[in-house]
Amino acid sequence: MSDNYVPKSAVGKWFNERLPLLDLIYGHLMPYPTPKNLNYFWTFGGILTFCLVTQIITGLVLAMHYVADADLAFASVEHIMRDVNYGWLLRYIHANGASLFFMAVYIHMARSMFYGSYKEPRELIWIIGVFIFLLMIATAFMGYVLPWGQMSFWGATVITNLFSAIPIVGESVTNWLWGGYAVGSPLLTRFFTLHYLMPFLIFALVILHVWALHVPGNNNPEGIDVVKGSQDTVPFHPHYVVKDLFALVVFLIIFAGFVFFVPNLLGHTDNYIQANPLQTPEHIVPEWYFLPFYAILRAVPDKLGGVILMVSAIAILAFLPWLDTSKVRSAKYRPLYKQFVWLFFANTIFLGYLGAQVADGLFLIMGRIATVYYFAHFIVILPLLGYIEKTKPLPKSLSEPVLTKEEKEMLASGATT
Amino acid sequence: MSDKPVTRRNFLYITTGTFTAAGAASLVWPFVDQMNPDASVKALASTEVDLRPIALGQSITVLWRGKPVFIRRRTPEEISEAKAVSLDDLPDPQDDAARAINPEWLVMVGICTHLGCIPLGQKGEYNGWFCPCHGSHYDTSGRIRKGPAPTNLEIPDYVFLNDNTIKIG
Repeated sequence: MSDNYVPKSAVGKWFNERLPLLDLIYGHLMPYPTPKNLNYFWTFGGILTFCLVTQIITGLVLAMHYVADADLAFASVEHIMRDVNYGWLLRYIHANGASLFFMAVYIHMARSMFYGSYKEPRELIWIIGVFIFLLMIATAFMGYVLPWGQMSFWGATVITNLFSAIPIVGESVTNWLWGGYAVGSPLLTRFFTLHYLMPFLIFALVILHVWALHVPGNNNPEGIDVVKGSQDTVPFHPHYVVKDLFALVVFLIIFAGFVFFVPNLLGHTDNYIQANPLQTPEHIVPEWYFLPFYAILRAVPDKLGGVILMVSAIAILAFLPWLDTSKVRSAKYRPLYKQFVWLFFANTIFLGYLGAQVADGLFLIMGRIATVYYFAHFIVILPLLGYIEKTKPLPKSLSEPVLTKEEKEMLASGATT
Repeated sequence: MSDKPVTRRNFLYITTGTFTAAGAASLVWPFVDQMNPDASVKALASTEVDLRPIALGQSITVLWRGKPVFIRRRTPEEISEAKAVSLDDLPDPQDDAARAINPEWLVMVGICTHLGCIPLGQKGEYNGWFCPCHGSHYDTSGRIRKGPAPTNLEIPDYVFLNDNTIKIG
């Protein structure tokens, strides 16, 4: 397969000579050399791109019917659900799409952590990814406010009040955010504007993310460097195009399962009650994908401290390439790290469980322990492991671990004779 | 068709492609259809009008599906004028009897068939309607007589529920 795209039609040639756009897309999608041993955890990049595009398209269509006004927003969402042709489908795709987007991004991040994909020379890919994650959080939060149900309103109230923890200027900052003295129409309108803008910023970052990825090429489950164009790589098309598509189909089956059978499973019933500024719901929780961070926020018995710790829990991810001092990437060859990374995943899920519970008594104590462990993983365990862990010997190539003893001997003898 | 045998792979390609195309098309439809008039708009698709307040020679304009509808109680002169016109003089030939269920009541969509402006009543060379946008002249039956408009003013579906009430739509 050639590295350069040769258009077949005269129009294609004319265009490509003046703007080699097709060349660029072709190069990144077709001959791009990819390690031959990528497993299904590597399909989430494609799945996430699909999620982003789905959210943008359904969001664009929903925005045609939605009204960003505190008096009309709730009714306009009900109008979408009841009156607009297929409005129920579009909204359920958008709402469940957000959840599945986060499911996919957490798997994608966990894969990077497990196989050390954030390490040199891929630090910047990871950091751009952290920024994408941050924007996703902001976008999802603002999107959840738009239906103007009870959870929307009180979620917005709680989160914007986080800024009031800032010393001295806190109150001015929150009033500035609200455009008033409480959450209301001005906040809703600006959240709608930003919710509309941010996916396009995410899209731009995704392009940088992929661009940065295609400089060193993909990491792989062995975590070793592969030589581009060697026996260790295969062209992206058809090998990974088909693998990604297959994974996407499986993902879509799950997606459709949520949309058509349990569309409200991941939402909260209280959000079908119109926002009431005079009454807080009895039990207020964020969407499931924010629960671990919510648990960290509540673990601290201090307003400012809780906010700082919650923000740090995300910000610390950006420093991961330097906090992890081990030169070996894949957990496959790091017996201690392999256990600790699983412990970290379990701890994060546990934090998510705690975030959904009432912050009191035993739950609060466990929340504090899990929070301490979350940070200890980054600032104690990872830096130390690099020095004390005895890693397993790395294979010389991707083929080596899968060869039998006889085949290896054959190769070795072949090399000498 | 070539002489190459149909292989298992050909079959898989075609069935997969067909299935994908059908799936994609059915997925695109909701995104197109969402822009069509929705249930709340369709619910307002008919309008009932009480004719009693309208005096002879008076017109009212009501809103039906977001469009203006002219309801004119025509004078005997206007009716006879409309009936007297030879169909050969009309760009869009139509008998007055076909345009008014009850000759006294002329009900029509008040939108110029040229480019959608609202014509002014009892104006123009034919004492009917005149569109100020591009100068179309309509007669007392709302038929186009002169100007760029291609057809007569549209007559909506309507019925007399009783002598004094009509239902448009």
